[in-house]
Amino acid sequence: MADLKHNDEFLIEEVKFADVMEDGFHDHHHGDKYQSNFITHYIFSQDHKMIAKQFLITGMFWGVIGGLMSLVFRLQLGFPEASLAWLKPILGKWIVVSDGVGTLDPQFYYALVTMHGTILVFFVLTAGLSGTFSNLLIPLQLGARDMASPLLNMLSYWFFFLAGAIMFASLFLSTGPFSGGWTAYPPLSGLPQASSGSGAGMTMWILSLVFFVVSVLLGGINYITTVLNLRTKGMSLWRMPLTIWAFFITAILGLLSFPVLVSGLFLVMCDRELGTSFFLNEIFVGGQALEQVGGSPILYQHLFWFLGHPEVYIIILPAMGLVSEVLAVNSRKPIFGYQAMVLSILAIAFLSFIVWAHHMFMAGVNPFISNIFVIFTLIIAVPSAVKVFNWIATLYGGNIRFNPGMLFAIGFVSLFISGGLTGIFLGNSAIDIPMHDTYFVVAHFHIVMGVAAFFGMFAGVYHWFPKMYGRFMNDTLGKIHFWGTMIGAYAVFWPMHYLGMAGVPRRYYSFTTFDFSSQFAETNQFITIAAIITFGFQIIFIVNFFYSIFYGKKQTTRNPYGATTLEWTTPINAGHGNWPGGIPAVHRGAYDYGKGGREYIPQIEPVSDEEKLFDEEHAH
Amino acid sequence: MMYVVGTLILVFIIVIVVQIGNITEVAARLRGEKQAEHDKNEFNARMMILFMVGFLVYSVASAIYYAPYMLGYGPNILPTQHARDIMQLFNVTLFFTGIVFILTQIMLFWFAYKYRAKEGRVALYMPHDNKLEVVWTLIPAVVMAILVVFGLMVWNDTMSDVSTEAESVGLVTGKDNEYIEIEATGMQFAWTLRHPGMDGKIGEKYYKAITPTNQVGQVWDDPKNIDDIILDELVLPVNTTIRARITSRDVLHNFDIPHFFVKMDAVPGMPTYFKFTPDMTTEQYREHLSQYPEWNVPADPDEPDGPKRWEEFNFELACAELCGKSHYSMRKIVRVVTAEEYNAWLLANEEKSLYLTEIRGTEEDPFLDKATLTIEKRIADRKAADQAPSDDPTPATPEVEEDAAAPAPAPAPETPEAPVDAPEQEEAGQ
Repeated sequence: MADLKHNDEFLIEEVKFADVMEDGFHDHHHGDKYQSNFITHYIFSQDHKMIAKQFLITGMFWGVIGGLMSLVFRLQLGFPEASLAWLKPILGKWIVVSDGVGTLDPQFYYALVTMHGTILVFFVLTAGLSGTFSNLLIPLQLGARDMASPLLNMLSYWFFFLAGAIMFASLFLSTGPFSGGWTAYPPLSGLPQASSGSGAGMTMWILSLVFFVVSVLLGGINYITTVLNLRTKGMSLWRMPLTIWAFFITAILGLLSFPVLVSGLFLVMCDRELGTSFFLNEIFVGGQALEQVGGSPILYQHLFWFLGHPEVYIIILPAMGLVSEVLAVNSRKPIFGYQAMVLSILAIAFLSFIVWAHHMFMAGVNPFISNIFVIFTLIIAVPSAVKVFNWIATLYGGNIRFNPGMLFAIGFVSLFISGGLTGIFLGNSAIDIPMHDTYFVVAHFHIVMGVAAFFGMFAGVYHWFPKMYGRFMNDTLGKIHFWGTMIGAYAVFWPMHYLGMAGVPRRYYSFTTFDFSSQFAETNQFITIAAIITFGFQIIFIVNFFYSIFYGKKQTTRNPYGATTLEWTTPINAGHGNWPGGIPAVHRGAYDYGKGGREYIPQIEPVSDEEKLFDEEHAH
Repeated sequence: MMYVVGTLILVFIIVIVVQIGNITEVAARLRGEKQAEHDKNEFNARMMILFMVGFLVYSVASAIYYAPYMLGYGPNILPTQHARDIMQLFNVTLFFTGIVFILTQIMLFWFAYKYRAKEGRVALYMPHDNKLEVVWTLIPAVVMAILVVFGLMVWNDTMSDVSTEAESVGLVTGKDNEYIEIEATGMQFAWTLRHPGMDGKIGEKYYKAITPTNQVGQVWDDPKNIDDIILDELVLPVNTTIRARITSRDVLHNFDIPHFFVKMDAVPGMPTYFKFTPDMTTEQYREHLSQYPEWNVPADPDEPDGPKRWEEFNFELACAELCGKSHYSMRKIVRVVTAEEYNAWLLANEEKSLYLTEIRGTEEDPFLDKATLTIEKRIADRKAADQAPSDDPTPATPEVEEDAAAPAPAPAPETPEAPVDAPEQEEAGQ
């Protein structure tokens, strides 16, 4: 306990930091005036903490929409005979009622599938996850007043908002929103004649995604600049918490890959509007032979997956960073193998750029090319395995506190193992022949980058909620939410592996057209019921979140978790600029837990002489 | 009304959730925050173990439960060699990943339980261990290397094209180096299947030649088109290499025969290929299924005396690439038959070639000047042969047709020469 007291001088209010970096921030006296007005504080805010909350709450809105969409199409799959007439007041003409029995229009089924994918991948798990926590944590954990450019940061959110508004509006088009799958492969996406969703719906989808990419680029360039230039005194790259490493690398991935998506979408637009034929060749559709020849639909797939594959790491790396931090703090142990963790992030990020064609083994590309992509794809399993082993080793010998954040972090590791291992099957092109575009793939990516990324996000929200609102979320509700979601997620997605191994293709509106898929009526019912229950558990989270903003248990100490990182040295409900005086300087890495018999040593504490001796003894 | 009730229920749930939240906080304060914290920690630690056991049992038990449904397991044996090779690779991968899955899940939840917080304990200081890290980097690397080598061997075998000496044939003769090239054209929303006919060669097509009757756009100048047959179902001879030429006339589709492990995108403007050799006939497969009780139930539960499930079994061709609103309904039956049955079928269907039924004798026919084509002569000869026995008292039953077709497995005497008698046009057709 003596050790704890020693820490306290850094933590209780009226802190005196051992060493500060004076940047003259408060000399301008603009700190208070800055947030004086409602609009600049809550709406067009340039404060990274507020922007983080904006991203989070917008992401939650989209999460609910995307989740509800999946429930509607799950109802169709689980209970194809049941009447959906009760949805008619909401879905209107997309519910076709005959003899009092309402059925979901197949066109709209595909629109829902497409929107569910687009919304979850881009709006929730990219913007809602990386947007929220990069904004919140990069300045706080690095010791910066704010992002390098608060204005660009604000624009980043508002471009995201605009993208969302356009996508939302497209849901109400009379021809329906885009319905060609979130990958938007032409010619289906390029030809309004091929699908009614490929008309105005596709135009708005492209427009929305272009604004979304603008948002990602503005955010990303800001994150990178901030990480490189605005670290406090003593915060070398190798002392950064793993969260920051993850956000930093994620931003670089986004910056390099998203523009390629835009170029692909631009070419689709040209095909649609200008009569070019980048992706069109010898097509006869709607009773008419098109003039366009010479293009290749496969070119689009290369452009798309050059973004699409790094995109899955843009989703999962921030979750990995958050989980690493939460696991270490709540195990009261240093993250095992910090350097290996950083290097594996770098390795995964590098490899993510040279594996894109593993989505295209069955697309008609030269089979020889697949050899190279198989090799690189399976190599990714190595750094991923290192991360998993290091997380497990972090738990070993710990003193583990099971708060909701920690539970979700442990759940993340379990999901990442389960979903990651099925990737080894799919990455091997030969096994991909039977598994490609089946429910096996659906199970794989939902577990490894869908649910797992959500778990990373939940871990982050529960853990850093006090940093956002100065209060805690309710602990018991958080734990009910965790166990319900953990069991529910496995119940939903695990059986899908078996559907895939029976050869059932994904994106099927009905399972009864084919004999080989018609035997799964009960499985589909089970999945649908599990999905509805699991969604129900998310209501607990949402209620807990909004209730706790106003009535949650108040945060009374600056550093409630006994964490080493800088964000816990700011005042509770830190104002603009984060630290009232100078910015604390940093003297050590982010993971000094349990060192030399002390429970934790904050980054701001200088290295003592005894500690130097301790380090020398333990140096290998 | 229903929406009002729904909203009320939602509000009710929200109130309950909030109340649970409040009660637990009050209860924690009453018990003392420390004690409550400790109790909850113990509870969740035990839940970790409970979940681990439940999850592992669930994953193994569900696999056993679903085994009879999965291809390559239980009754669903695989009727192509490449599928069996892939399945072997799958099982090797399952072996390695299964070990990793069980070990890491146990370690994860076990450590979480074992090292739950205890008053006064300070966590072990173990920031890294280079030896350990090298070990668990090298082991996955070695396993991956094994899987890559094995996987690529299977892949390159499977995806290799037919050899250059191999010849595409119509009738099966049982010679080595012969294969049958069939064409599948995806369109919204059906597969159009084209058989090359007796010549074994698929005729040229051009997308602007597509008409309501000429669904793939066969070019009639090309004599190879004369005997091409559009099929309702894919009929394939057993133990013969099939080279599927896969094309699309509108958007992307995917030629997917789940039981054969055959899958390849259909790309407009660019043919793709998949080579496979079914080695069981549909009939043999049905017989195999008939040994299993789950296949010995009525196919239609409403008709207890109707045919059994195994009697109704068929290999099916599906679409596995989203192609629009009826993507889920592009079904065609794939029927694998013996070589004799196949040859008989082809001879019997020769006259159904699209050219003969729709084009011959119309303005579009480029061979109007030819009074009789070889194919017509062949069909006429065969019909005459059919007529001969029909002079017998036996009425003309399907059996008679089969008898007539029976000698076909021996190379048909008329076929060796050029399939059509329009050599001067042949150049134009190319």
